[in-house]
This record gives sequence, structure tokens and C-alpha cells, in this order.
Amino acid sequence: MESRNTQLAVGFFVIIGVLALLFLGLRAANTNFSSNGETYKLYAKFDNIGGLKERSPVKVGGVVVGRVSKITLDGDYYEPLVEMTISKDYDEFSDTSSVSILTSGLLGEQYIGLSPGFIDDTVEMLGDGDYIHDTKSALVLEDLIGQFLFSQGND
Amino acid sequence: MLDRIAGLGKAVLDSIAGAGQAMVMLLRALIGKPQLRKSWPLLMQQMYSVGVLSLIIIVVSGLFIGMVLGLQGYTILVDFGAEQSLGPMVALSLLRELGPVVTALLFAGRAGSALTAEIGLMKATEQLSSLEMMAVDPLRRVISPRFWAGFYSMPLLALIFSAVGIYGGYLVGVRWLGVDDGAFWSVMQANVEWGQDILNGIIKSLVFAFVVTWIALHKGYHCVPTSVGISRATTSTVVTASLAVLGLDFVLTALMFG
Repeated sequence: MESRNTQLAVGFFVIIGVLALLFLGLRAANTNFSSNGETYKLYAKFDNIGGLKERSPVKVGGVVVGRVSKITLDGDYYEPLVEMTISKDYDEFSDTSSVSILTSGLLGEQYIGLSPGFIDDTVEMLGDGDYIHDTKSALVLEDLIGQFLFSQGND
Repeated sequence: MLDRIAGLGKAVLDSIAGAGQAMVMLLRALIGKPQLRKSWPLLMQQMYSVGVLSLIIIVVSGLFIGMVLGLQGYTILVDFGAEQSLGPMVALSLLRELGPVVTALLFAGRAGSALTAEIGLMKATEQLSSLEMMAVDPLRRVISPRFWAGFYSMPLLALIFSAVGIYGGYLVGVRWLGVDDGAFWSVMQANVEWGQDILNGIIKSLVFAFVVTWIALHKGYHCVPTSVGISRATTSTVVTASLAVLGLDFVLTALMFG
């Protein structure tokens, strides 16, 4: 019967291993917005993206609806182009929506804040691959100080 | 002077020959018609001695490493008022680095050395030759089940290590030092990604399992069949496997998270 006890022990070992995987997957990792859900892509051009990184969150009123999937330089003028992957659960953003690069807290990570625009008959909805035209760039501290000093000098 | 250069050349040739021997051994042990009915009980036996018997040291060290991470992380993070970040700090360092690496190091010490000594003694007492005389391929009968047992066991052990370690960090951080329970888990969930962190950790531990088990089997199978040779081979297993794990970990980390 020793062989049976061995098999039992190995069986329990495998079960504990799978339980550990389930614990890590369900308890430690985020399951609500993972990459396996259906998504669509939106694009936005900024003058300056500051400290935005790939996989930074895209938030509407603080709620994460997607993530930045790619950052490239686009066109003749080398404008930063940000590709956002948004969950299909939120696919009713209008053409008049705007995006801005915000900072969570004083020293926190930068993220994209998406403000949904108004909706009426003449406004179209954003679909896969569309561009958001109304964008606000990241706040760069050095520029801000420069502007402040410049306006002080004028007085 | 020429003797020294010759010595260097001999060392290089020996190491290349060793790598070739190891490769041939692995290929001959793994390639071939699988005989499930015969190899299944052998695999079970090895899973027991390699995996199940390593469970206690893995669980205990995982718990304590998680607790130490929680304690040290808290004392630093609390200065910045960022003790809510304790959850992701513990979880990410365990899942990405400490889980696979420490498991592989413990596995090399606990199971790898035992594999080398066992096979080395089989060789010294000519059990391997007797198997061949009975027309049983020792590579298929002895090496192959041990290899697969190590390859399957180590990722499971690494997962258990990480899970227990996170629980240890939770015990110290939340239960003892008073980090908020909800924030600990929710900030962890916001920062740990399934594909990026957990899956890459599993891939790492698969690579380490392959390397450590392979080194252990090779050192045992090709050891000098004397008592000194076996003791050298066992030491060399632990040293080589640990160095290989640490070196590979840097390369894998650079590829995955760089």
C-alpha cells in the first residue's frame, strides 16, 4: 500500500499547488480589468506626455476603464501619439470627449483622465481606432516655474 | 608558460565535453516512445521524494521571507506615509523574484544534492551497469522520471512559496502592524497583473526547474564513481545550480521586465 500513500501525497501536493495558483490569481492579481476582456482602441495626440508610461491607467472620474497600450511619435512633426485600450463595457464615449494627462497625488503616477462629452443628434460616437481631438498635455513643473518667473518679470 | 596555456585549453575542452555529455544524456533520456504504464509509478515515486518532501522547507521559508518583507517594507514605507503600498511591494517582490529564485536555490540544496548523491552512488555500486546488463536503459528508467519530477514540482513549489509568503506579509503588515486590511489587498490587486507578474514568475520557475534538475542529474550520472567523486559531484551540483539560477534570473528579469 505504500505506492497508494505516495500517490495520495503527490495528489495533495498538486492540489495545494493549484490552490496557491488560484489564490494568487484571484486574491493578489486584479481580475476586474484584465487583458482577456473585450477591448477597443482609441488614439490621442498630445504636445507633451510628461511621465506617462505604457500600462498607465485611463480613468473616467477616477474609475479605471482602460490602459495606455502604446506610446509613439507620429507624423512629420513628431507629435506623441498615445494608443489607449478601453474595455468594451464602456463604448459610449462621444466625439466631443476630451482627454488630459493628470497626476494622482502630489508625487504619484501619471494617468489619462477621460471626460465624456455631451451627446446630441449631430455628435458621433467614438469607435475602434478613432482619434480624440480635444487633448490637454501633462503639466511639466519646469514650464510652470518658467511661466511664473516670466509673468513676475512683466510686473 | 606553455604548460599553463595547455592547462587552460584542457579546462575549456573539458567543460565543452561536459556540456556535450549533459546534452546527450538529456536527449537520450527524454526522446523516445513514452511508456505511460511503466513510467507513471516511477514518476509518482520521484514526485514524492523531490516535491512532497521539499514542501515543509518551502512553506516555512516562504512564510518567514514574507514576514520579513512585511516588517522591513513597513518600517521604510511608513516614513513616507505610503504603508498602503506594502501589499504590492510584498506581492511583486515575491511573484517576480523571490518566489522562483529562492525556491530554486532551496530546491538545489534540498532535492538537487539528493538526486546527485543517489545517482552517483548507483553508479559507484554499479547498479547502473547492472541495469544495462538486464537490457534496461538506465537513462529511461532512472534519469527520465527524476527529470520530469523536478520539472513539474518546482513551479508548484514556487507558487506555494509565493502564496505563503504573501500570507506572511499579510500577517505581519495587517494583523501586527495595523495596515488597513482593505487597502492591503486592493492596492495589491491594482498593481499585480496576471500575465505580466504571475505568468512570468511561472515561466521563470520552469526555466530554473529545467536547469537545476538537469545539472543535478548530469553531475550524478557523470561523476567519478568513488566516495570522493560523489562528494565532489554533490558540492558541485549545489554550487553550479545556484550560480546558474542567479545568473539566469538576471537575464530573464532583463528580458521580461527591462
